[in-house]
Amino acid sequence: MDISLKNVEYRYQVNTPFERLAIQDVSIDIPSGTFLALIGHTGSGKSTVLQHLNALLKPTAGEVVIGERTITSEKKQKDLKAVRQKVAIVFQFPEHQLFEETVEKDICFGPMNFGVNEEEAKRRAHEAIKQVGLDESILQKSPFDLSGGQMRRVAIAGVLAMQPNVIVLDEPTAGLDPRGRKEIMDMFYQLHKERNLSTILVTHSMEDASRYADKIAIMHKGQVYKVGTPLEIFSDPEQLIEMGLDVPEVVKFQQKLEKTFGHKFAKTCLTIEEISQEMPRFLKRGEA
Amino acid sequence: MMEKMIFGRYVPADSVIHRMDPRSKLLIVLLFVCVVFLANNAITYGALVVYTLLMLAMSKVPMRFVFGGLKLVFILIIFTFLMHIFLTREGPVIFELGWFKVYEEGLRQGIFISLRFFLLILITSILTLTTAPIAITDGLESLLGPLKKLKFPVHELALMMSIALRFIPTLMEETDKIMKAQSARGVEFSSGPVKDRVMAIIPLLIPLFVSSFKRAEELATAMEARGYRGGDGRTRYRKLVWSGIDTLMLLLLLALTILLIIFRT
Repeated sequence: MDISLKNVEYRYQVNTPFERLAIQDVSIDIPSGTFLALIGHTGSGKSTVLQHLNALLKPTAGEVVIGERTITSEKKQKDLKAVRQKVAIVFQFPEHQLFEETVEKDICFGPMNFGVNEEEAKRRAHEAIKQVGLDESILQKSPFDLSGGQMRRVAIAGVLAMQPNVIVLDEPTAGLDPRGRKEIMDMFYQLHKERNLSTILVTHSMEDASRYADKIAIMHKGQVYKVGTPLEIFSDPEQLIEMGLDVPEVVKFQQKLEKTFGHKFAKTCLTIEEISQEMPRFLKRGEA
Repeated sequence: MMEKMIFGRYVPADSVIHRMDPRSKLLIVLLFVCVVFLANNAITYGALVVYTLLMLAMSKVPMRFVFGGLKLVFILIIFTFLMHIFLTREGPVIFELGWFKVYEEGLRQGIFISLRFFLLILITSILTLTTAPIAITDGLESLLGPLKKLKFPVHELALMMSIALRFIPTLMEETDKIMKAQSARGVEFSSGPVKDRVMAIIPLLIPLFVSSFKRAEELATAMEARGYRGGDGRTRYRKLVWSGIDTLMLLLLLALTILLIIFRT
């Protein structure tokens, strides 16, 4: 499902002394099957953009096109359920949304709200719990008896069980241990490939952005500063650092090497694998 | 909806009312609440309205914001008004439509009581809109100070109040967040059959309870870690200062009170 934002503006608390412009003139195209990473400093408007993707917020100007639906400031929106089933959001700290007596019931909650029958919902719960790397025996436990990391996985399973076409992730790995982080990100990436999902990832990890995304959009002060492939974005580290962002460690490493050796790599490397491949050529050129 | 709520909300600005000592503001509101009941005719109610609007104007809080935020209260006021119109049967009939009769006393009572209600809410709203929650509790603690001699836990009460006030915005934010998370999972809070909407409260309330209890525990730990040990011997970062304006404002209210006593019938 294609999503596209056209000149979207959003103001919080319009007509009160607390009115605040959050995002302005934001235009992003997310064709079906894209893995888009949204990066930016805290308060740059990432989370606000994200809530437009399934009509949790209605733009105060501009329009959001989600598949067949167009959301503008004027129209009274009815039956947004259809949109929300297709576009699922995993919010920051999603474990806060758990409320049912058992893990199974909580995972079934989303699908059943969208009209899936109990039997099918349970089947999906079993499937989803395995996808997030937990044992099926956990399904009968209370979600409040689990550890923080397990709760996170259960909450994610609850979103996966809705079987969306587009999945929006707001820092899904914040506060997890390194292994948990990698497992969860790899799981999302695998799903993205297998089911041909569109994935939108909000992250502070430049490593994740460069490893998984096809496209990166930088938000700065409520506007889209730049959209491009990871290579295009991270080739210009100074600019990113000026904005309070960072580049992957690999890119920093490459820069330092180039400075020390006084000559350049053939290309900007984004992963450890790439730089290991390029290294012999780089060193040889130094000798020449 | 919640964005427009003004209860307990503080609007920072630089006005005479904002600069007043919270103690004088609290005293004025307390006195005003009593004074309102002195009014019983057009002149006295008129004086109260003028006084309240004067205070509102001086506070520099935008009128549109205040009245927009009181929308829910207006519904309550209209309800009170209608109750008086329907239920009071005294004095001459001034309007008649079939079995439905409006009596003069009913209309009079309706207008006065609604007005009284409205003024009380407006004056307390001005207090909370112009005074930071912390200042209100500081003021209250200071005003209740003498009760300490009677072993009344004044400091603890004030602390409880400031904690409660402090967490209202946090709780609102949390509510908004969880509402959005559950909406994304297909819950409809604002449309659909009433039964479904009532049921929709459960996935909202349970996470809120859980996080509130967790937060309470964390707060207690954080306070203990910083050596909090109650009110005895505790010094203050913010000192309350009583100035000329405060005395002047209290005198103004006193003048109003005298005016009301003279003109009431």
